[in-house]
Amino acid sequence: MCDTCGCGDTKLVPVEVQERLLTANDRTAAHNRAHFTLHGVLAVNLMGSPGAGKTALLEATAREVGAARRLAAITGDLETDRDALRLRAAGIPAESITTGSACHLDADMIHHALHHGAADGADTLFIENVGNLVCPAIYDLGQAAIVVALSVTEGEDKPLKYPVMFRTADLVLLTKVDLLPALPDFDRGALQEALARVMPAPRLLEVSARSGTGIAEWVAFLEARRGDAAERAASRATRETDQSVMRGA
Amino acid sequence: MHEYSLALALVERVEREARARGASAVHRVTVRVGPLSGVEPGLLVTAYGHLRAGTLCARAELDVASESVVWRCEACGGVLVPGSVLGCPDCGLPARLAGGDALVLERIELEVPAHV
Repeated sequence: MCDTCGCGDTKLVPVEVQERLLTANDRTAAHNRAHFTLHGVLAVNLMGSPGAGKTALLEATAREVGAARRLAAITGDLETDRDALRLRAAGIPAESITTGSACHLDADMIHHALHHGAADGADTLFIENVGNLVCPAIYDLGQAAIVVALSVTEGEDKPLKYPVMFRTADLVLLTKVDLLPALPDFDRGALQEALARVMPAPRLLEVSARSGTGIAEWVAFLEARRGDAAERAASRATRETDQSVMRGA
Repeated sequence: MHEYSLALALVERVEREARARGASAVHRVTVRVGPLSGVEPGLLVTAYGHLRAGTLCARAELDVASESVVWRCEACGGVLVPGSVLGCPDCGLPARLAGGDALVLERIELEVPAHV
């Protein structure tokens, strides 16, 4: 029934919307990305199962880079700031986001943390996502790289079971490789095969936070991404300048 | 269970559209959800069913359309066999996703007072 006169006549009006459900998140992510670019911060969205070794990887990263880089971190967990405390002890200023029952970080949470100074003075920001191979995958946070940590005990077929998470990864880190001598059945070929079926350009790096294996290569990956991101930002700036010159002319 | 936060965003988006167009209610909502969107259609419908109470969507059905996963070679345009390695067998280049990750509000049907 209509509110105005009670006549009860309504007509059905179709409206074509064609808009991504994550439009609001995408918009905030773009804003975060612009912030990172402006301040020369390499932002890495680090995801993986609970216990995949994300925090240990960052501790090892801090040992590797020493004073050469100014690292910072945002950690997401349902409860406690234990990861942030560990990272601070390792020399990485870390902001903790406790999500309550939320299973992922979204761009708004990162935006909020940035306003609280989470990346102030840093040139590298690790966003250690909530341990989960499902939900965090679909939220763009504004990162320059998506990295998924997969530990050797999780099984070589994990990428096939969680294709959404692995599809968008720029790098997969096989963590805890120091345990491989105790896992004689671990099949590298099967893991590579699984990755090739879910990632168009699979890239796998074996690391151990405990022994230090692969950590230098991981840091080299970060430096290469930093170069790529700076190049993209420069070419974007040039394009925008060209466009404004053309508009002016 | 990120489907709840998505369903909440969906209801808010639809209500905004409905208000802007002077609708008294929403009749139907249609979304498209691909297998690689990271969203489980059944869970999205359940979440929507809980969250629509007391909103303009209270009586509106949620239709979920699907789409197929398509990986394509950018160089030759060839479509890969589902489940295969994601490189072009002919060109050797990485394939590009050409469908299957949609998470889109397609259209809504509004109930608008006839004399407006």
